[in-house]
Amino acid sequence: MSDARAAAASVVDPELRVVTIGDLGIVRDVRAGADGRVTVTITPTYAGCPAMDVIRADIRAALAAAGHADAEVVTVLSPPWSTDHITDAGRAKLAATGIAPPEHTGTVTLALSPRCPLCGSPDTAQLSRFGSTACKALWRCRSCGEPFDQVKAY
Amino acid sequence: MSSEALELGDDALIAAQRLAEWCASAPELEEDLALANIALDQLGAARLFLSYAGEADGRTEDDLAYLRDDREFRNCLLAELPNGDFAVTMAKLLFLAAAQKLRYDALAAGPDARLAAIAAKTRKETAYHLDHAARWVVRLGDGTAESHRRMQDAVDALWPYTHELGERAAWLALVEPVLAEATLDRPADGWAPAGGRDGVHTEHLSYLLAEMQVVHRAHPGARW
Repeated sequence: MSDARAAAASVVDPELRVVTIGDLGIVRDVRAGADGRVTVTITPTYAGCPAMDVIRADIRAALAAAGHADAEVVTVLSPPWSTDHITDAGRAKLAATGIAPPEHTGTVTLALSPRCPLCGSPDTAQLSRFGSTACKALWRCRSCGEPFDQVKAY
Repeated sequence: MSSEALELGDDALIAAQRLAEWCASAPELEEDLALANIALDQLGAARLFLSYAGEADGRTEDDLAYLRDDREFRNCLLAELPNGDFAVTMAKLLFLAAAQKLRYDALAAGPDARLAAIAAKTRKETAYHLDHAARWVVRLGDGTAESHRRMQDAVDALWPYTHELGERAAWLALVEPVLAEATLDRPADGWAPAGGRDGVHTEHLSYLLAEMQVVHRAHPGARW
């Protein structure tokens, strides 16, 4: 089963193509039934995330390639996904590609700006509370001048 | 059928359709993205609620969205009112998101496990919508003479429709501080139109549904 688990977790997110769905923490469970058929349980990031259908199809394709034909993908809502479920490896991949990772939720919000993922400066300003996907906001670094995306704490 | 799921699903669906009308027409690019994102969140909520609402009698989310007539919709009247100017849109979003947040919070702690799971998901997004709308209401209300006048006009015009939104005291506790910070007058309570929860809507809903449903009805069963 470890190969099925690895195959599901390694599916690349269709909108944030530097991270896998394992990095994002949306794979909840991978198990085989008595008949050997694999069931993958995932949870959506945002309720209306338009990437979910592609993710389901990609999971089935990845499992088929790993020798598990006709895998079933089940979607659950509870407990709701949070950006806290993004792994440290996922956060590092986001930062390395110029997308600021989210701050942890539940911590006291002091309205701290994210550090610029390009030059590291803390002197950044939010340009838009919404970005190119449901999970991101748009920022700009006052030091190096570059705009960048941040995955919003959620 | 869960009437609660149907009401919340219809509120979110009609709000999504209205917000999407701003796509490529918002005052600035960033706000265009914001409104489209909020519409997408509302659509996501609508799909979850309507899928659940339809299970009892074997109807799908698409059956409910595209094949019902106006008298079968249970959304509040506020959601179906035209967008008006940007101030009207932000006042609508403030009022609706406040009501959605309260109902989602209650459901998330409620006895129906399915509704609780949906509400626990959607309330995080609604809180962000509420915050976004509140910021704009304050910026416009406490802005220039022109923006203040238009924001006050919007609040005054929509206020009667807020009586239909449910638990009043908790809702006022969310909305009144925003109006105060925005230097806007909290309108007096008076006329309180209702009927949305019983399927008695304004004429605006029929036009909205005509546009939203026409392709699905013209090509039944079409897939892509």
